[in-house]
Amino acid sequence: MTPVHYYRCLRGIVWREGLRFVNQRGRFVAALVRPLVWLVIFAAGFRFVLGVSIIPPYQTYIPYEEYIAPGLIGMIQLFQAMQSTLSMVWDREMGSMRTLLVSPLPRWFLLVSKMVATVAVAVLQSYVFLGIAYFWGIQPPPIGYLTVLPALILSGMMLSALGLFISSAIRQLENFAGVMNFVIFPMFFASSALYPLWTVREANQKLYYLCMVNPFTHAVELVRFALYEQFNGEACAVVVGALLVFMALAILGYDPGRGLIVRRGGPE
Amino acid sequence: MDRSAPNAPNSEALPLVVEKLSHAFGQRQALCEVSFELERGDRAMLLGLNGAGKTTLFSLITRLYNHRGGSIRIFGWEIKQKPSEALARLGVVFQLPTLDPDLSVAQNLFYHAALHGLPHREAAARIKREIERVGLADRMHEKARTLSGGQRRRVEIARALVHKPRMLLLDEPTVGLDIASRQFLLDHVRMLCREEGLAALWATHLIDEVDSAARVIVLHRGRILAQGPVPDVVRDANAASIREAFDSLTGERRE
Repeated sequence: MTPVHYYRCLRGIVWREGLRFVNQRGRFVAALVRPLVWLVIFAAGFRFVLGVSIIPPYQTYIPYEEYIAPGLIGMIQLFQAMQSTLSMVWDREMGSMRTLLVSPLPRWFLLVSKMVATVAVAVLQSYVFLGIAYFWGIQPPPIGYLTVLPALILSGMMLSALGLFISSAIRQLENFAGVMNFVIFPMFFASSALYPLWTVREANQKLYYLCMVNPFTHAVELVRFALYEQFNGEACAVVVGALLVFMALAILGYDPGRGLIVRRGGPE
Repeated sequence: MDRSAPNAPNSEALPLVVEKLSHAFGQRQALCEVSFELERGDRAMLLGLNGAGKTTLFSLITRLYNHRGGSIRIFGWEIKQKPSEALARLGVVFQLPTLDPDLSVAQNLFYHAALHGLPHREAAARIKREIERVGLADRMHEKARTLSGGQRRRVEIARALVHKPRMLLLDEPTVGLDIASRQFLLDHVRMLCREEGLAALWATHLIDEVDSAARVIVLHRGRILAQGPVPDVVRDANAASIREAFDSLTGERRE
C-alpha cells in the first residue's frame, strides 16, 4: 500500500458519501429546511424575548437571528455527523459496512476517510445555508466566509468522530431515536447555540457549567468567532482535544483485536 | 500492492491455510481447533448446519475481528499480522446483500475498486470485464435496487473479482435465489477455479450444492468432522452419497 492507494481510497469514500447525499434528495432538502425554519420562525419569534448585548466577537448590537446563525451551522454539522452515524449502523445492518472493512487499507484510515467524507458534505451544506441566510440579513464580513472554513472543518471532524464512536457502541438501527434524544438535543440545547452563555450563567449556574463542558458549545463558538474573522483559542483547544479523544475511542471501538465489535462478535 | 511482492513469504504459498483455529464468544466455543488448507484451483464446499460456525470462520478470515487461537494464512500472509497483504488477495461475497441500492451498478463497483486503491483506468477495464462475464453489461448504469436478487448476487461476485484476488470466499451465496441464478453462480465459480486457478471456499448448508468434483469440509458445532474430495469423504463414511455421509457424520437425521 503506497500513498497513492490511500489517496484513491479516500477519494472513493468521499465520492460515495457525496453520491449518497445527492441521490437522497429528501435528505438534502431536510438538512437545509431544518436550520432555515429555526432562523426564519424561531429566531423571529424570540428576537423580542431575548435581548443580546454587545459581546465578542460582535462589535455592535445584533439581532437575534444573527446571533443564532453560527449555532444553526453547528446544528447542520451535528445532524450530518449523526446521520453518518446512522448510516454506519444502517450500513452494518445491510452488510455494506463489511464491504468497507475488507478493504486492505488500515482500519483507522478507513474511519478517518469516513469522517472526512462526512465533513465534506457538512461544509457544503453550511455554505448553502449561509448563502440563503445572506438574503435574510445575516451578512458577516466577506472575509468571514473564508476564515470560517477551517473552523467548519475542525468542528465537523470533532462531531463526526463522536458519531463514529457512537456507531461502534450502538447496537441497533432503531436506536437512532435514542441518539436524537440523548445526543443531539442535549448537545444542542445545553450550548451557546441559542443563547449567550452569560444569560445562562445568570439564569442557572449548573446549566452554565454543563454548557461549558459541552464540546458542542466550543464548536459553535469557534465557528462564531471565525465567521467574524476572529480566532477563539480556548474554543479551538477544546474542539481539538475532543476530536482526539473521540477519534481514539472510535478507532478503539472498531479495532479487530479489542473493540466493541469483538465483544458483540458472534452471529445471532 | 504489488502482487508479485518479492518479500512475499513464499511464492508457492497456499491460497489458504487455517491451522488449529479456535474462537469463543464468552462461554460459547464457536470454533474448536479447525484446520484445513486450500490449493490453487481448489473449490471447497464448507458444509454445515446453521450455527455450525461458518459465519464465525468467515468473519475471522476476513478479519472483522481477530482470532484468539491458531492461525489463518492467505498466500502465506498471516491475517492478524499482515492484514493488508492478506485482504488484498481475497475476494468476498457476503451472506447479506451488500450493494448500495441507491447507487448504480457501476458506482458500486467503482467504490469497491477505490477501497482497494485501484487506479481509475484499470478499475474501468476490470469492471467491464467482470460485469460482462456475469452477463449484466447492459445494466451497468441502473440503480442496484432495480435488479433482481439473482442479478445483485451476480454483481457481487463480479465486484469480489474486480481487484483480481486469487482466493474467493462465498458465505452462503445462494440463499434466497431461484434455481437458475443458483446454477449460474455454481457454474461461474466452477469455471473460475478450473480455468483460472482461483481457490474458492463456499459455505453452504444445502447438501445438493456439493457436487462430486469439489472438496468438502464438514463443519459441525465448531469442529471439522471430515474433509477431502467428495468421493473420499463418502467412502470413508461408508455411505452411498454425500447426504448420507453428512447425516451419519453429524448424527443428525431428518426424521
